[in-house]
Amino acid sequence: MAEQPESEQLWQRLRQFTNARIGLGRVGDGLPTKAHLAFQQDHALARDAVHAQVDFAALASAVQAEFPHILRLKSAAVDRASYLKRPDLGRMLDADSRQQLETLQSAPATIALVVADGLSAVAIERHAAPLLKLIKPQLSELGWSLAPLSLVEQGRVAIGDEIGELLRAELVVILIGERPGLSVADSLGMYLTYAPQRGRNDAERNCISNIHPQGLSYASASELLVYLLGQARQRRLTGVGLKDERQRLSQPTNPSLE
Amino acid sequence: MTIYQHTIRQNRYQFDSLKTLLAKATPERSGDALAGLIAANAEERVAAQWCLADLPLTTFLNEVVVPYEEDEVTRLIIDSHDQQAFAPIRHLTVGGLREWLLDYRTDSQQLAAVAAGITPEMAAAVAKIMRNQDLIAVAKKCQIITRFRNTLGLAGRFSSRLQPNHPTDDPQGIAAAIFDGLLYGCGDAVIGINPATDSPQAMTSLLHLIDELRQRYTMPVQSCVLAHITTALQVIERGAPVDLVFQSIAGTEAANRSFGIDLALLNEANQAARSLGRGTIGNNVMYFETGQGSALSANAHHGVDQQTCEARAYAVARAFEPLLVNTVVGFIGPEYLYDGKQITRAALEDHFCAKLLGLPMGCDACYTNHAEADQNDIDNLLVLLASAGCTYVMGVPGADDIMLNYQSTSYHDIRFVQSSLGLRPAPEFEAWLQQLGIVDQAGLLIANERHRLLQSAAQLGGW
Repeated sequence: MAEQPESEQLWQRLRQFTNARIGLGRVGDGLPTKAHLAFQQDHALARDAVHAQVDFAALASAVQAEFPHILRLKSAAVDRASYLKRPDLGRMLDADSRQQLETLQSAPATIALVVADGLSAVAIERHAAPLLKLIKPQLSELGWSLAPLSLVEQGRVAIGDEIGELLRAELVVILIGERPGLSVADSLGMYLTYAPQRGRNDAERNCISNIHPQGLSYASASELLVYLLGQARQRRLTGVGLKDERQRLSQPTNPSLE
Repeated sequence: MTIYQHTIRQNRYQFDSLKTLLAKATPERSGDALAGLIAANAEERVAAQWCLADLPLTTFLNEVVVPYEEDEVTRLIIDSHDQQAFAPIRHLTVGGLREWLLDYRTDSQQLAAVAAGITPEMAAAVAKIMRNQDLIAVAKKCQIITRFRNTLGLAGRFSSRLQPNHPTDDPQGIAAAIFDGLLYGCGDAVIGINPATDSPQAMTSLLHLIDELRQRYTMPVQSCVLAHITTALQVIERGAPVDLVFQSIAGTEAANRSFGIDLALLNEANQAARSLGRGTIGNNVMYFETGQGSALSANAHHGVDQQTCEARAYAVARAFEPLLVNTVVGFIGPEYLYDGKQITRAALEDHFCAKLLGLPMGCDACYTNHAEADQNDIDNLLVLLASAGCTYVMGVPGADDIMLNYQSTSYHDIRFVQSSLGLRPAPEFEAWLQQLGIVDQAGLLIANERHRLLQSAAQLGGW
């Protein structure tokens, strides 16, 4: 390993201003071993987050008490490779899942909650259960009825709209794993659609992004969610026409690409 | 409508239009599959390539891939086509053009002379029947030189954009990354920040930050804050120190509209930035980024394959004599370029087509974490690009952009490829690096724990 140079103290101090990989030092033109392997480790975590499979059975039993009726669904993307190459397939249910919802003859509900793996299984495994447990009593307290909880394999954001439509929900909220960055592999996002139906576009949804320990807290995220749901019901819309107009206490930052 | 066809053994393949033929001849990539344009199998692809090779270049002047009436990029391509420049290659087919380009006798001067006679679709077509080595060999022969405060694109030179992004535009965090990059000899192409917030205030304060550093150290470099072009126009009006105006561009009018731009707006910004006269040795003031897949993702591709759409963006770029253009080749995600192989191929195609059309082409060699790629793929691509005479690449601290959340090339990577292939930064910048004691006469980094720039960095907390 390379010796720690004198300037290391300086860079350590400058790292209070940025998480960028500054002052890494060099050996010849290359990276010191420590900096090289630190990068490899972060990339490995991000890759594993993309390719890991969510244990939906475990998630279902973790939230069974709060959500007695749970639906297990699949998108039309048959595997990870097809999910990554064909965003359109991840946005629609497969035939079996669609039929399951059609035959359910669900009673109309105010809110349908959906959980999909998205691009980070780790985000769902870490944050979905605690968030659902936090959100559920707040929604019930407001007297809003809940459709069955849907857990979706290989799903993208827009699949929530098809599910919400089939469950006859006024609003759908989908919790989904966001694209892992090198510094954060377990970021979760929540997307809301009023009057969900197939064919809605991104401009018709609101996003609460960046939910993870170093980002938006569970409490701030669920507070914002309840606020937006209330506003959406009042104004009968979601999307670009609906903004967070509370005092700026918790502002979602930098919405990641799906 | 012309029917294009080719027979392999007993299988006759037909292609009902030029755009279909181009799409089917394209080497495999996920974005064309997503668009439903890709060849059904390898045999159909090579049949399309045979057919394309036999196509006279004049075909491209008679059949357009996006209707002339509907698209101002098509109108720009057709109306600005230079018949005189085209004359030396007018008689060729696409296959003939490939051989003409590779011929020893076709040198930098001849390539420069025909550039205005080559349309983006001709460039895209010939790229589709070229191997990676062909794309490298011909691009290397193209010499495209641009100037603002230094000279970019000279033979034996390899430049870099210093990209010190920060998720909240923190000036001290950005300055720390700039000092770090300068100490690795990076930044001669541009010190360019992608702002987290696209606002006139944010843009202006970042411009002043770089401008102050530049003047304090009399650096022969140019700066850019990569906000939307309309934001740049606003701050120019208010007197902000704008060196280069940036804009993402694409190859169809509809895709450009999704970026909030058209040719008139690009022209207005080019004139505004030129009128400031801030360049000391030249007045190339535009900086463009492109990337395969942008037209499809805006649903504005008109059934044209993504590589051809990309080449059409270069027609837009060259109308404004930019200082810098780069493709951001792996940023858009695996649904457009799936893995390291597809990213590498696309980067070499983009670099070749842009150079052939006369642009100072660089490349953001990059990937996201859901693509089948890693830093080894980027190492490989970096060596290929530098061998092809690529004008510049990105210098991101540790290759990890913490604002845009993707991985690119690092300060170290630029040093590596310059050292390995004997390449140097722009001459004015190299002289400055030597004067400041950052590199020696051989171009190697000088270890100095008490360097002036380090001492300046040490004062950052006290700003």
